[in-house]
Amino acid sequence: MDLRLSPEDERFRDEVRAWLETRLGGDFRDLRGTGGPGHEHEVVEGRMAWERELGAAGWIGLGWPAPSGRGASLWRQVIFQEEYARARAPGRLGHIGEHLLGATLAALGTPEQKERFLPPIARGEELWCQGSSEPGAGSDLAGVTTRADLAGDAWAIRGQKIWTSHAHLADYCFVLARTDPAERRHAGLSYLLVPMRQPGVTVRPIRNLTGSAEFCEVFFDGARAARENVVGAPGEGWKVAMATLAFERGASTLGQQIGFASELDAIVAAARARDADRDPEVCRRIADAWIGLRVMRAFALRVLSHGAQGELPPAGLGAKLYWSTWHRRLGELAMDVLGPDAEILRAPPCALAPLQETFLFSRADTIYAGSSEIQRNIIATRALGLPR
Amino acid sequence: MRFAFTDEQEEIRRQVRRAIADGGGVTAARRAMEDGAGIDRALWRRLGTELGLAGLAIPDVHGGAGLGWIEIVAVIEALGADLACVPFLSSACLATAAILEAGTPEQHAALLPAMARGASTATLAWLEASGDPSPDAIEATAHADPDGGFVLRGTKRFVLDGHSADLLLVAVRAEGGAVALHAVPAATPGVRRARLPTMDGTRAQAEIILEDVRVPASSRLGGGGWHPIARAIAKARVALAAEQVGGAQACLDFSVAYAKVRQQFGRPIGSFQAIQHTLADMFVQVETARSIAYHAAWEAEHAPDIEVTSAATAAYCADAFLACAADAIQVHGGIGFTWEHDAQLYFKRARAGRTLLGSTTAHRDTVARSLGLGLARAHTDGTR
Repeated sequence: MDLRLSPEDERFRDEVRAWLETRLGGDFRDLRGTGGPGHEHEVVEGRMAWERELGAAGWIGLGWPAPSGRGASLWRQVIFQEEYARARAPGRLGHIGEHLLGATLAALGTPEQKERFLPPIARGEELWCQGSSEPGAGSDLAGVTTRADLAGDAWAIRGQKIWTSHAHLADYCFVLARTDPAERRHAGLSYLLVPMRQPGVTVRPIRNLTGSAEFCEVFFDGARAARENVVGAPGEGWKVAMATLAFERGASTLGQQIGFASELDAIVAAARARDADRDPEVCRRIADAWIGLRVMRAFALRVLSHGAQGELPPAGLGAKLYWSTWHRRLGELAMDVLGPDAEILRAPPCALAPLQETFLFSRADTIYAGSSEIQRNIIATRALGLPR
Repeated sequence: MRFAFTDEQEEIRRQVRRAIADGGGVTAARRAMEDGAGIDRALWRRLGTELGLAGLAIPDVHGGAGLGWIEIVAVIEALGADLACVPFLSSACLATAAILEAGTPEQHAALLPAMARGASTATLAWLEASGDPSPDAIEATAHADPDGGFVLRGTKRFVLDGHSADLLLVAVRAEGGAVALHAVPAATPGVRRARLPTMDGTRAQAEIILEDVRVPASSRLGGGGWHPIARAIAKARVALAAEQVGGAQACLDFSVAYAKVRQQFGRPIGSFQAIQHTLADMFVQVETARSIAYHAAWEAEHAPDIEVTSAATAAYCADAFLACAADAIQVHGGIGFTWEHDAQLYFKRARAGRTLLGSTTAHRDTVARSLGLGLARAHTDGTR
């Protein structure tokens, strides 16, 4: 047991910190604290410029294996995420391209696909969105009905995707589509790389209960993707999609916790300012939230330290269920601390103060990226070996 | 960065597990509970003396293994899994830490070697009738004796393994109102002790009455004060938390095993989502509790102050164990409610742990105070 980072890794931390301080002190000063869950609509142009700044400095694709990326260790990816969050650097528009599609391509793409798609992602120039969920295929992803049919040198895509973050900004979408109508469920699906700026693609934002529009619906009506833009073999898309899902967890969790910590700080400050801490029950709930944050950090370090040596341990399957439940409870606590002011908006109809945003947006945490019910199913079958 | 035990630490743990299994596992704990001894002496001989657990954290110059809190956590998790009825927490963790924290080098040399050999066990007598873990609640007294020693008076309660320990470390209010700790052999005239009837029969507690107990000046450990005692208790809380992780894991394991074989409606109950989701929640509790307990072990070994860490860890792991033990009964249904089934032993052990080294409520208040919250009393050194 040794919970210290190596001196080289600590030096890497200094390097990241210094870079962020310099850049976020200059032209990008106003971007601090913008973007991220619940704020994806903020200063989009500025954040796109920031993506290119990150790319030019070589910070995108840190964890991709060389030569596509820098092949940084898991700990260095964690350090980058932590410092990024600590500096309150803007929420990443390039997250899906870098951490989901990029990581998937770096592992499973053809040399030509890597050559074509990874460099623009690494430069922060091309943005991606994810076309997995459908109105009829949420938790049951194998129920996708979007069709892709080969017509000459291209796939023609027809169907509807939903909950697609950044679809209105993205240059490309990775789409899970049915390419073999004779097959059912997990078979006959393919993982296609589809340009978004073409006829036959319609994007419609979905206004969520916070009042903002993080997600979109995407309608494909004969949109085209080049024949070679399939990751893995045609019909093998399920395996590729599962690999992408695995990349969705990982180094970003510790960075996320730094954001949680600053939300908790705001709650502590609000409790003091309003004397809400005269109520021992409120104090204990805040203490519980603080304990939960410590738990999350220890849990992430333990899982990642095993992960750094190869496979993520089964314990890691519990991470999403834990943090999403914790975060939802934090939002409820925040409202109780604010008292009657919890109800008062900054402006009609839906300009939310940050803690109101936490409260409302955290309802999504236990739904997206595998609902809590699905997480429990996964734990029951994969970690505990219970029968289906 | 390595968040895992070394091969050597895993090996100690394997040996401990084997020894407990050879000694009868939970069945032996039940026997110790039912025969009224409250201690499995044969198992303690094997673990404490032969495998060296009695002196695990005692420096090798005093005959111990010279290891630390990471090893303690590794070992006690295994003890907790089978509810081993041995004075490891009371003597090898709590009392050993108290002597190391409070005592002088001479006192270490005088007291620790017999404990390291397993020839003597010790415990910390700190709480009194109020059960309040704060030093403010200490009413027992030490008065200077004209012949140079001290006279101790008062009643200690909830003393872990207090009925069987050879050496009692008694927290008293000394001259000037400060707290002091005295090492008192249990056989000293004037010491009366009685085992308390505890709901958790696998872990004994005693009441200790001190009636004009005359002790030499050398019985006072170090220069006195509450802080060394507080540090020892904080470390012992980490050990208790890890023991609870072991207990919670056992509850999960036997519940999963049962859910795979118990058939209702023509299917194993483990195929029903209602049961699966309960077990999945237990899994998350166990793995998160384990993570914070291991992290706290590292801090107990390396951080200068672990008061808040240990309070946070203690509160979390105590809750997790009780939740898992309660769910274990529920998953088992009727059979889980019987005296015969082991689920009740874990449930009661889990309940007891929530108030053993300070309550989970007090632990949360400690955390809240560290965040600058509340009108709770100011941090105290116990001096009046």
